[in-house]
Amino acid sequence: MTYIGNKSDLRVVGTRPDRPDGVDKVTGRAIYGADFRLAGQLVGRILRSPHAHAKIIKIDTSKARALPGVKAVMTAQDMPNITSEESFVGEGPTNFRDQSLNVMARDKVLYEGHAVAAVAAMSPSIAEAALALIEVTYEVLPHVIDVEEAMAPGAPILDETLFTAGVDPKPTTPSNIAKKIILKSGDIDAGFAKADIIAEGRYVTAAVHQAYIEPHACVATIGADGQATVYASSQGHFMIRAFCAKLLGMEISNIRVIPLEIGGGFGGKTIVYLEPVALTLSKMAGKPVKLVMTREEVFRASGPTSGAVVEVKMGAMKDGTIVAAQAVLKYQAGAFPGSPVQPGLMCAFAMYDIPNVHLTGYDVISNRAKVAAYRAPGAPISSYAAEQVVDDLARQLGMDAITIREKNAAKAGTKTVYGVTFPEIGYEAVLAAAKSHAHWKAPLGKNQGRGIATGFWFNIGGESSASVFVNEDGSVSVVSGSPDIGGSRASMAMMAAEVLGIPVANVRPIIGDTASIGFTNVTGGSRVTYATGMATVQATEKVIEQLKQRAAMIWDISPDAVDWKDGQAVPAGANAGGFDPLSLAAIAAKAGKTGGPIGSEVSVNAQGAGPGFGAHICDVEVDRETGQTTILRYTAIQDVGRAIHPSYVEGQIQGGAVQGIGWALNEEYIYDAKGKMDNAGFLDYRVPVASDLPMIEAVLVEVPNTRHPFGVRGVGEVPIVPPMAAIGNAVRDAIGIRMHSLPMSPPKVRKALDSGQG
Amino acid sequence: MSKTHVTTTINGEPAEFLAEAGLTLLDALRDEVGLTGTKEGCGSGDCGACSVIVDGRLVCSCLMLAVEAEGSTIETIEGVATGDTLHPLQRKFIEYAALQCGFCTPGFLVAAKSLLEKNNNPTETEVRFWLAGNLCRCTGYDKIVRAVMDAAAEMRGA
Amino acid sequence: MPKVVISGSTCRAFTGGVSELEVTADTVGRMVRELDQRFPGLGHHVAEFMAVAIDGVIFQDAYSEKLPEHAEIVLIPKIGAG
Ligand code: FES
Ligand code: FES
Repeated sequence: MTYIGNKSDLRVVGTRPDRPDGVDKVTGRAIYGADFRLAGQLVGRILRSPHAHAKIIKIDTSKARALPGVKAVMTAQDMPNITSEESFVGEGPTNFRDQSLNVMARDKVLYEGHAVAAVAAMSPSIAEAALALIEVTYEVLPHVIDVEEAMAPGAPILDETLFTAGVDPKPTTPSNIAKKIILKSGDIDAGFAKADIIAEGRYVTAAVHQAYIEPHACVATIGADGQATVYASSQGHFMIRAFCAKLLGMEISNIRVIPLEIGGGFGGKTIVYLEPVALTLSKMAGKPVKLVMTREEVFRASGPTSGAVVEVKMGAMKDGTIVAAQAVLKYQAGAFPGSPVQPGLMCAFAMYDIPNVHLTGYDVISNRAKVAAYRAPGAPISSYAAEQVVDDLARQLGMDAITIREKNAAKAGTKTVYGVTFPEIGYEAVLAAAKSHAHWKAPLGKNQGRGIATGFWFNIGGESSASVFVNEDGSVSVVSGSPDIGGSRASMAMMAAEVLGIPVANVRPIIGDTASIGFTNVTGGSRVTYATGMATVQATEKVIEQLKQRAAMIWDISPDAVDWKDGQAVPAGANAGGFDPLSLAAIAAKAGKTGGPIGSEVSVNAQGAGPGFGAHICDVEVDRETGQTTILRYTAIQDVGRAIHPSYVEGQIQGGAVQGIGWALNEEYIYDAKGKMDNAGFLDYRVPVASDLPMIEAVLVEVPNTRHPFGVRGVGEVPIVPPMAAIGNAVRDAIGIRMHSLPMSPPKVRKALDSGQG
Repeated sequence: MSKTHVTTTINGEPAEFLAEAGLTLLDALRDEVGLTGTKEGCGSGDCGACSVIVDGRLVCSCLMLAVEAEGSTIETIEGVATGDTLHPLQRKFIEYAALQCGFCTPGFLVAAKSLLEKNNNPTETEVRFWLAGNLCRCTGYDKIVRAVMDAAAEMRGA
Repeated sequence: MPKVVISGSTCRAFTGGVSELEVTADTVGRMVRELDQRFPGLGHHVAEFMAVAIDGVIFQDAYSEKLPEHAEIVLIPKIGAG
């Protein structure tokens, strides 16, 4: 059933009630990963490689084992040596063998911080002393960090068994290029031949970390019968279960994962680092083991997203029609294949209807931590380049930067380069909202500039489960399999309340563990409100059917003669009989007598997608003396389909925009000559703080997504796509120089001002 | 390793614990006293998730040794509400959706409370600079700043 | 008959460069089987790593989805999450 109809008919959806988990989270009661403890738990610690690239000759753990208070010491030898197997686990394609080797290095360490051994001990100080007693003999190998150096012939090879996929004929020498991908439509040469003007640029981005404030943490316990329980904060407890089963050769039914509160993930908590280690240690020690990463470990060993080199060339006709677009994307994957270059390619020009497109992507490994998903994986990087080239086209043509985008805007029926034809989308509505926003026309001062950029993300559905129960007093429980990162408990409760016609306060949403609700994909990809929301709505509708049947039984009439209205069963018409309405509570009180408890579980694999588009307008001021760029004003406009809880939708947009601001101005992985990360802490890896920023105005455009009962599109990914280009365009506007690499840090901008080249 | 006996007052109640020499106040609160509302985001004084008030001063509890807390009065997130009554800051954080994941929230609330105790009418800039030691990766700070300003207004009776 | 468009280079490696073909299948599941019969390995690859766009609408892991008589089916990489 659809509830898109008239927005004013909705009573709960679109309002801003207090979130159900609010009090727990403002009083310190909420239990996050590191807050959980089990009686008798041991402290785990992980030994990590000091080298960027080395052979492991020998690991001697005997001294560590002999230390009193040490209960277990493990290396990769204590985990199954699994064979290469590719699969798609929620966040993207993955190879279980690579995941296993990333969790614990076997023959080789591939980056500084790569885990090589782990201990479990009675106290933190004993665990640390034990780490110091483990003797690892390395043969240090030449390393490579930079993506283009890693691609060059003669580069140190990380994996002798890796041959570039996607090239013909099959290569015979190993390479750090895991994959070459080509995506094209039309005839690129003919397209450029038609163009009156050409703009192009080579752009470099740095690797950046998701930088969730909560470090990874878990407690694992496994009994002598092989039954394991893992308590962890993650974006998906079913994902943890799947990985642990594969990596440790366990039966899925023997692993139960209990989700704890998660302190941010942004894609970075869609894979495992600690859980298989904690389980292995627990098995060896016969006791629960807790593992918590330090911030340094988070930076060195958990996934950043790719740094990249992106070359873009676009051609347009005098009237602004873009006729050709070409891009080459070289993405760092870290130590194992799997950069988000594929979605990077697909998203680069997705905002536009361009007849001739040619895209080439390279997935490149080097001696860095394996990348993990980060908000709209891949898209911000390619858009950063593409949206600045579009800005250059507009400048060459003397055209308004919104006008050129309107002229080429994707709309319903536009066919993308990857073959999908867009359904009803909101890109034009977003551009119109940007154009009419006061920000676009506001005056600017000296050394100030304005930029706009736009972005796209797919917003796919996927597998989700939810169950809805009516309690004996008529209150309602909603259980779903999606961890709540940014308010999804609230939106599930609101959708159920809306459909039932009851106050949202009567609905209690919880997250079910892997043994108490059906399989659910990770919270990510902006899929929860869409897919889990769909499951929740369908389960609620089934409950209403039951409620009508129960009312019919009580009244002794046919179920067809009962309607559900405003939270009550009412006779469908005059012919049905003159009964007083039966409230949810009244029906619930009689549930036992009318057939037993009332409830329903629905699992879906939500299909289709709700393509999301956003446009960000940004004003900056550049201090010519220091090179410092200050964000003066920021407006983020986005088509969200329908906002269930507008405050949390705005919050997603504001948070995503600010992560993009950090990516644009401050954040980067810095390596020394030995290939070690130089800035593995929040002091030197600088994420934006409150005093760096103005208010971020979020403007919600609502073009309902007809595939969702309330018209929801995902919202969380899109807002990180436009900021880097929006700020790049604003800096260009302010100083007259196009900056070509991220971050646009003060020294770089200073240098550009001195040399006249960015 | 020998441990030192530390006597403190936490959230108005007497509290004692044993501390190894290197134990931080943060770990003592979380692991010895069992108050896990105070969070560790970095352990190096750079994120503010571990903010507590010691003898009236806002400190990063990850940077203070537990033994240094001997004889002091400590306020943590668990003491911000009075019984069932939330502090205006806590109410405003919920009302404004100033938290998403909520992991930074205890630190922000403790830091904001200490600001409002010193300055009950801060400007937006003052709020932003006072809270610059607290990292939030989810919200972009917009709603946090608004919640703090509005709580201040309410507490002034404005 | 439904037409399958193979735009990515990874899938084309299975088809020896063939980028468009007609299938007799009337559901996604049957199409996967048919592709595997014609190009060994492609079916598995499509099942694990590809989504299909049927006349423009993306479906992932949807074996029962019907393929209309004149549908255009585009194989695209599955889309993950952040
Ligand atoms: S944990 Fe103390 S400042 Fe981050
Ligand atoms: S709400 Fe997640 S870090 Fe602030």
